[in-house]
Parts: sequence; structure tokens; C-alpha cells
Amino acid sequence: MILDNGSRVKIKDKSPPGHIRTPKYIRGKVGIIERCVGIFKNPEQLAYSLNANEYGLYRVRFKMTELWDDYTEGQNDTLDAEVFAHWIEEIKNAA
Amino acid sequence: MPHDHHEHLSPSGHPYRKDNDEPLTYWQTMEISIRELMIEKGKFSALEITEQIDLMDSRSPAHGAAVVAKAWIDPEFKKRLLQNGAKTVAELGFDLGPMHLVAVENTANVHNLVVCTLCSCYPRNLLGLPPDWYKTREYRSRAVKEPRSVLSEFGVILPEKTTVRVHDSTADMRYIVLPKRPKHTAGLTEDELASLVTRDSMIGTGVVKELP
Amino acid sequence: MRKDRGPEHRWHDMGGLEAGSINNDSHDFAIWEKRVDALLTLSTKKGLFTVDGLRRVLEDMGEEAFETMSYYERWVSSINQNLIEAGIYSLDELGEKMAEVKARGETYGEAQEDKT
Repeated sequence: MILDNGSRVKIKDKSPPGHIRTPKYIRGKVGIIERCVGIFKNPEQLAYSLNANEYGLYRVRFKMTELWDDYTEGQNDTLDAEVFAHWIEEIKNAA
Repeated sequence: MPHDHHEHLSPSGHPYRKDNDEPLTYWQTMEISIRELMIEKGKFSALEITEQIDLMDSRSPAHGAAVVAKAWIDPEFKKRLLQNGAKTVAELGFDLGPMHLVAVENTANVHNLVVCTLCSCYPRNLLGLPPDWYKTREYRSRAVKEPRSVLSEFGVILPEKTTVRVHDSTADMRYIVLPKRPKHTAGLTEDELASLVTRDSMIGTGVVKELP
Repeated sequence: MRKDRGPEHRWHDMGGLEAGSINNDSHDFAIWEKRVDALLTLSTKKGLFTVDGLRRVLEDMGEEAFETMSYYERWVSSINQNLIEAGIYSLDELGEKMAEVKARGETYGEAQEDKT
């Protein structure tokens, strides 16, 4: 999966109980790809001294109003987080 | 027994250092023990430890301030900085080691704020060790949900029309905010410009000093 | 004790939680804290364990550790756990050494072998 800047994506809503770097507050949320920052080893495996797979790492930009039902500050405010490819689902437009 | 702080020697007979006269704790015992075991086993030397401490001590917000000042006066440097942070700051002699750096720019309408909600990731190899408040529950919880409220606690009030962009350092990138160049600074040297740049302005919880 | 949010939302995953005002205090780092920091940097530089392992152990130490131990106390505890798991030294070696260090004196200064 190669994601272009500006692609709409959804963060997977899975919650395994170990060392993961996808915060709860972005799981299940929709954002856009701000940029790919490179290919990096999976921290979920490095943390347990295992050989780690490499994944694309993306900065994903979310509207604050998407993340929080009760966001009262600037309606254009955004939150960027780095998310690994295996946590990202591309939202394809209907044909 | 209290000792006289005006003496130059502590009860141990060595030059007074507040650190060294603390009652020994379990965790300090562990630190000393691990360090000595590692040295005994040849994993690293005492010199390497000292050099690493000196290296970390040499890193400070002044390094970030120099980068910001250069970006203000040199548009091509700024462009490269926004494209590849670590590679560009190396042009000024700052070796970030394995650390990746993303510079995010404040503009007339955008204000950036950096946090690590999951732990305390910070661009330490450029700016030095992070402040205690950056690691607190309160900052980590609220910066991503009520950034302006957090900013107002730091004394930063933004105009209504400003868009706030919060960056959560969840993985391998570390972030530095490139604050806006203050007004009336056209005649300043690079060093003078750097002296206006505060640590907090590079995290996003502060603004640069203005000229009177 | 804070309300446990359950296994799907771990204690350290703090983004968006309710929290109070931010305490602006900071402290200068003591030499022992700087040494802990150096232990981490050198260990990871030499590939003995990863910063991911450091974080994983810090998380597994639980919320009470976060509330009751200082930052570098938690770090040295995590560094130790990682080095034990990597087989760099044994618990027995550590235990013997810690007893030896403790016997040197009452203060941090006295407990250091290199008394400069």
C-alpha cells in the first residue's frame, strides 16, 4: 500500500494489549495523509527484542472536530500523528 | 548531621556537590551498580559515560535558536529545513545522531504545538533534555484536546483566526516549531536574532521575545 | 486510584483524558539522573536493547509507578529490566553488586567507586 499525500484514510480500531504506538484517541478516526516520513521498523516487535518488519510511516492529519465530539476551540484546528502503514486503511472513493 | 554549606568540603571529604551528599536511595544504588557492571563486563567504559553526559550537556535550546535564526534570514536554508530537518541542521554543525527531525512553521495564521501523549519523545539531540512539564499527565492529556486552553496557561493567547496544529510524536520523528520572526528585526545579526528565540517557542508553548 | 479504563485503553495512553492545570516547575538534573540517561543512550547505541524496549517496560510497570516514582527512577528500573532480559548480567550479579555499593556509605557520593 502506497499512500499519496492528501489521501483519505481511516485508522484501524484494534486494541491489542501490548506496546503499540497508535493512541486510542485516533483509532477509528478519518484523516488525510500529510506525508510519508520513511520506512521504519515496527516498534511492536522491537519492544520485545524480536526481528522487526519494516513499514511505511505516515503523518496523518485529523481535524480536531473529527477527533472530539465536544471540541469548542478553532474549528479548523488539526492534529498530526505518525501512524504505521499496518494501522491505516485507505478510503477509496466509490467508482 | 547538618553540614556547613560555607565549607568547601562535604562530610565525605570531597568538594561539596549537593548531588553527592544526598542519602543513597535504592534506585541510585541500582544506577551505580549497573554502571559498574557494564564497565566490568566491557560493554562500555567510564570515559564513554562521561563523554555522553558532556555531549548531552552541550545540547541546549541555544542550538535550536541558531537554527531558527538562520531560517529567518536564509529562505533557501528554511526550505531545506522544512524538507529534511536533521540533514539541514547538520549544515550548522549540529549532529543529531540517529534522530529524525521535522520542522513545522508558524505563520500569520498557523500556530504549532508539539507533544508526546504516549511518553515524552522530544528533540533532545538538538534542544537538550525536555522540561519536566512536558512529561506530565496534564500536558500529555490536554495538549491534543484543548490546545488553546493549555497555551493560555503558558501565557500564549492566539488571535481568533489562527489555526492550531498539534503534533503528537508517536513514532520516529521529533519536532521543532519554527516560530515567526518578530517585527522590527531587519537590522539584527544572526546571533542577535537567535537570542530572541526561547525554548518554549520551539515547542509551541511560548513565543519569541519581541524587541521593545 | 484512577479509574481503570480497561485493556483497550492503557494507562499511559493519555491523549484526551481529563486533567488539571499544568505545573510549570522544572528541576536541574542531578548527576545520577544524567548517568541514567547516558546508560540508556549508550546501551541503545551499542544495540543491547532498544528505546522501544525501554518504553514497553515503563508501560508494563503500571500507573502506580508513574505516580510514585520519579522519571529517572522509572528509567533505571526499566533499563535494568531490559539488560536482564538481554542477558547482559544476571540478577545474582546485580544483587551482589548492589549490596556491595550500599555498604560503601550513606550518601550517593560515598557509594561511588570513583570518588572524584
